[in-house]
Amino acid sequence: MSDEHGSPEAETVGEATVLERLMPEQPVLRGLFERFEDVTWELSIDQDVARVPNGRWLEFGTATKEAGFEVCVDVTAVDWMRQRPERFEVVANLLSMQHRLRLRMITTAPRHEPTVASLVPIWSGANYPEREAYDMFGIVFDGHPDLTRILMPDEWEGHPLRKDFGVGSVPVQFKESHKVS
Amino acid sequence: MTEDVKSTQTLDVWVAGTEEPELAPTDEGAQEISADESETRLDEQFGRVVEDDYVFDDDADPEERMILNMGPQHPSTHGVLRLQIELEGEIIRRTKPIIGYLHTGMEKTGEQLTFAQGGTNVTRMDYLAPFHNELAYSLAVERLLGIEVPPRAAAIRVLMTELNRCSSHLVALATNGMDIGAVSMMIYGFREREQILAFFEKTTGLRMNHNYIRPGGVAADLPPGWKDDVDAILDELPKRIQQYDDLLENNPIWVGRTRGVGVISAEEAIAYGITGPTLRSTGVDWDLRKAFPYSGIEQYEFDVPVGGHGDVYDRYRIRVVEIEQSLRIVEQVMDTMPKGDFRVDDRKVTPPPRGRIDESMEALIHHFKLFTEGYKVPPGETYVAVESPRGELGCYLVSDGGAIPYRVHIRAPSFSNLQALPITMADSLMADTVATIASLDPVMGDVDR
Repeated sequence: MSDEHGSPEAETVGEATVLERLMPEQPVLRGLFERFEDVTWELSIDQDVARVPNGRWLEFGTATKEAGFEVCVDVTAVDWMRQRPERFEVVANLLSMQHRLRLRMITTAPRHEPTVASLVPIWSGANYPEREAYDMFGIVFDGHPDLTRILMPDEWEGHPLRKDFGVGSVPVQFKESHKVS
Repeated sequence: MTEDVKSTQTLDVWVAGTEEPELAPTDEGAQEISADESETRLDEQFGRVVEDDYVFDDDADPEERMILNMGPQHPSTHGVLRLQIELEGEIIRRTKPIIGYLHTGMEKTGEQLTFAQGGTNVTRMDYLAPFHNELAYSLAVERLLGIEVPPRAAAIRVLMTELNRCSSHLVALATNGMDIGAVSMMIYGFREREQILAFFEKTTGLRMNHNYIRPGGVAADLPPGWKDDVDAILDELPKRIQQYDDLLENNPIWVGRTRGVGVISAEEAIAYGITGPTLRSTGVDWDLRKAFPYSGIEQYEFDVPVGGHGDVYDRYRIRVVEIEQSLRIVEQVMDTMPKGDFRVDDRKVTPPPRGRIDESMEALIHHFKLFTEGYKVPPGETYVAVESPRGELGCYLVSDGGAIPYRVHIRAPSFSNLQALPITMADSLMADTVATIASLDPVMGDVDR
């Protein structure tokens, strides 16, 4: 399976290591590969992943829909805190029924005012998942028609699935008892 | 008079006879039906993004419109679902589902539990189809670990998930019947479900929330005499389904209340990411068991029922036929159940056998470490989906190399399917609301997680 993905030969340019662009195996994805030169393709445990720059999120989404990905299954996010230069990753899982293919597109969003273009103009079904990602991570989806909290109460402060949001706890009897004596 | 008005303002109530204060009648905070009346926004709210099938009466008096709150405590909203419905006479114009009343932060909890403990968490999401939750999660963990379960474990998984599909669809039929007025259907549905749950209890120890399917296989082998129990289910259920058909299929009231009600088109269903029986009722032949087979389900013969009208009746028929097809799979699994281990022979994830713990110190330490620290999973991310009774149930799992998942996200089918509610309910009668909700079969535990 990995034969067609080319060899990941590393060339060193200055200090940064640039990997040769991996070409996706699926013919459906070849057109996207050629059209978007700044999109990195990956094979994550046999699943096609496209890492899209934040600015081209909407454009790339439109192109994938034209390529036959008619369903946006899910939009979610991952908070990498200090582990990565860009704190948030926004993940959209796409499905092509006609080609029986899945594609995951991932973009990044910065720590301060994380903003990504909304996919709702392309797939109406991205509405609720994006509201959930907004609610849980505070990621603003630009162009979303109704970006409000969906699971948490309206007056809630903070975004619970961020890694710096503490886990609540209930006082338990005797748990602190060793400190008393 | 002025004093009266002042006091009414502090109390925030309006006393009849005094001057009417300016109160927005539907002020519900950010959750209220949007006041934005731009054309695209209205299209979304009216559910006509793809196409509109309603001839709007322009002459209607705005005074005729009213906002009705349904739920969150309502017997036919299947849990704590709240709907804001804008009515024009008896016709529903706009609907806005308001959810989150059952949100318990299970994805956050998933980030505190080890990979081995995660099953107890995810199984509580879609509580009518717990095995499917466990299966999606286990498959995701196994994919990250790069292990494959033995054939017997895979077959047991198929057996349990397909029986679970039957029990879940039985609840759907039961509640759908009850919501429309066929109360006997509810008694029947829950009675037959109990038989399946009794088998689950015998196998896993619990009627629901089993944590039976675990990364690396299943928790325990099938109990002695399991074939008799499954045989009894296979014997009983088809007869009962025949009874349901006698009761409902040609019942003029049932047909009248369900045919042409809550219609959704294939284009709309695909645009809104709707899966499962609701998608198939529109005529789209899409079943993940056929498209992306998992757990060796491709070796069994079964058909995927597909509707054509996208209405409540089609969804009901599809569920009935899916029970029959699931029983067909169960029968094949029973006849071809492979022998062998029910857990993967990988000491990294599988605890040592009970007998070894008594005689070997290493085995005891190993057992202890596995259940306290858990096992480490290589860094990576993956998305695995299974066909749950409600549609595509996916698990997006991210590991940073530790024993605790970095991110657990469940793509809940009920959550996405709920987006169909404004479309299916727009321009229909208020009386059809409960039929439509029941036919989408949302499980609020799955929606809110």
